Amino acid sequence: MKGSRIIATIFVVLFIITIAIFASGTAYIINEGQQVVVTQFGRPVGNPIILAGMHFKLPFIQEAHYFEKRLLDWDGDPNQIPTRDKKYIWVDTTARWKIVDALKFLQSVGNEMAAQGRLDDIINSATRDVITGHLLVEAIRDSNRILESSSEGEDMIVTDEALERIEVGRKMLEGLILEKAKILAPQYGIEIIDMRIKRVNYVEDVRNKVYDRMIAERKRAAEKYRSEGQGKAAEIEGQVAKELKVITSEAYRQAQVLIGKADAEAISIYAGAYSQNPDFYSFMKTLETYKETIDATSTVILTTDSDYYKYLKSLNVSE
Amino acid sequence: MAWQSVPNPDDIIDVGKKKFSDFSKWFPVAVVVLLILLGLRSLIYSIGPDEVGVVQRFGKFIGLSSPGLHAKIPFGVDRVTPIKVEKVFKEEYGFKTIESGVNTRYSSGDYRNQSLMLTGDLNILDVRWIVQFKIKDPVKLLFATRRPEDNIRDISEVVMRRFVGNYSVDEVLTTKREEIDDLAQQEIQRILDIYNVGVHVITVKLLDVNPPETVKSAFNEVNEAKQEKEKMINQAWEAYNKVVPKARGTAEKTIREAEGYALDKINRAKGESERFLDTLKEYKKSPEITKKRIYLETLADVLPKAKEKYIIDSKQTSILPLLEINKKGGQQ
Repeated sequence: MKGSRIIATIFVVLFIITIAIFASGTAYIINEGQQVVVTQFGRPVGNPIILAGMHFKLPFIQEAHYFEKRLLDWDGDPNQIPTRDKKYIWVDTTARWKIVDALKFLQSVGNEMAAQGRLDDIINSATRDVITGHLLVEAIRDSNRILESSSEGEDMIVTDEALERIEVGRKMLEGLILEKAKILAPQYGIEIIDMRIKRVNYVEDVRNKVYDRMIAERKRAAEKYRSEGQGKAAEIEGQVAKELKVITSEAYRQAQVLIGKADAEAISIYAGAYSQNPDFYSFMKTLETYKETIDATSTVILTTDSDYYKYLKSLNVSE
Repeated sequence: MAWQSVPNPDDIIDVGKKKFSDFSKWFPVAVVVLLILLGLRSLIYSIGPDEVGVVQRFGKFIGLSSPGLHAKIPFGVDRVTPIKVEKVFKEEYGFKTIESGVNTRYSSGDYRNQSLMLTGDLNILDVRWIVQFKIKDPVKLLFATRRPEDNIRDISEVVMRRFVGNYSVDEVLTTKREEIDDLAQQEIQRILDIYNVGVHVITVKLLDVNPPETVKSAFNEVNEAKQEKEKMINQAWEAYNKVVPKARGTAEKTIREAEGYALDKINRAKGESERFLDTLKEYKKSPEITKKRIYLETLADVLPKAKEKYIIDSKQTSILPLLEINKKGGQQ
């Protein structure tokens, strides 16, 4: 009974001591991703502590200031910026930064809220500088791919402003802004790690004009398709007419050739046969025509001189 | 005798004292038991089957714990953050699913800020897409960036807008969707790796890509015009097919008829000349008599058919009077 009481007492005492240590601020904990600057009556003591774990300081007179060690984001409000070709656009940027020198950070800006304000100034002005110095297309495109491959999309109708060749491109503009912004950041103990253009949009009234332009472009494309259709249809109609002529005339030609050849052959056959005895032929043919020409409507007048009736007058015609 | 059993106040105090001394004797034990119970509750933790626990002691990362039951030092010394490493997360851009299921409902809110973007030919498109990702490194996820989900959202937008800005309206609407999906997935992964976010981008998918509402009808008109064009061409071909094969048939007929004519002509010629030659052969044997015979036979054949026959003397110079008389007589 006594032993257990002692153990219990020790437990309680230890517990109370632990609580006292933390409560008095002697021990403090740094989480992963945090760093601490210890100050004594407002003066920084030693280097920033960046290692996570339990640390100690003097109670009451020393104070621990916590800062982020992790990558932080900065998201600015969209800015209305004119480009070099006088287009007004909204540019929304986002950046990533880090507190690299917690001591300087504490001394120069104090806290994150203030730091965000400084970053607003730095990044917005860098963005403005870079965007105003370049054409709108530079802030949109990364390459001239679209111009080079324009042949493949047959119904691509593009405004002239979009056909401007780019030299820098969006990705490199981001790089330029980052470079500019980076210069001013170290004085605040900050490093700007990355900088990206999130959104580029037309301002409202320009956007409506763009819509009008898009509608006009589409109507043009639609008209083009329709007239292409009509043209193609007319072409096919023409082809029909042409093919009809070709077919009928070709057939006529072939038929005429066949007929001509046959006639010629017939002539040569007739000539071959009849030339053997033209007199007999004319005799036979003449007689044959009599058969065909004399019918029930014919009147025949013959003289008694004719071979047929010569016997009618005298018997001895042939002396 | 109820009043006899009523204890006097001293007795009550005595009992209370005795009880209190009992209590003060057991107090530390009670406290210890309470602490142990509290300790036990925060001594054991469990990690789900799809999770990994990130263990921190006094804030310092000391290790990962696998699924199952584990012990830790209580009173806030050890802290465990369970991270779902198997789950596939989905981020939506330009729309929001309110309730997914058989009939998925989407929020009707305005996400045009997010979805309207410029294409390479300076047109505006309404683009909706999703990004799916998994946590590949819980340690980086927790300790490298403060708001991993914001990083993912921001970078997805940055990358998607940049790629859409690299293609023309028609490409984003139709042919290059998959190419953009692939490129965006690689680029998002690349940037998030630079930030050490600790996620694996599984897929990026363009969903609805539409022209903005105001210009939609114009876009549809183009499609209609395309259809119209096809229709006109088809109709023209239809007319072609109606006429041309028939004409071919007619032409064939003309040629066949000519061939028939030719055969007929030649056969006739052959037949007639053969007949002539045959008769000629026999005629030659005795021309005089044959000629006479044929002549007479023919006349015998022909003359009976004639309506009128006049036989006149060769000395008669005019035959007209004769005919006139006859005619008059006939009329009367």
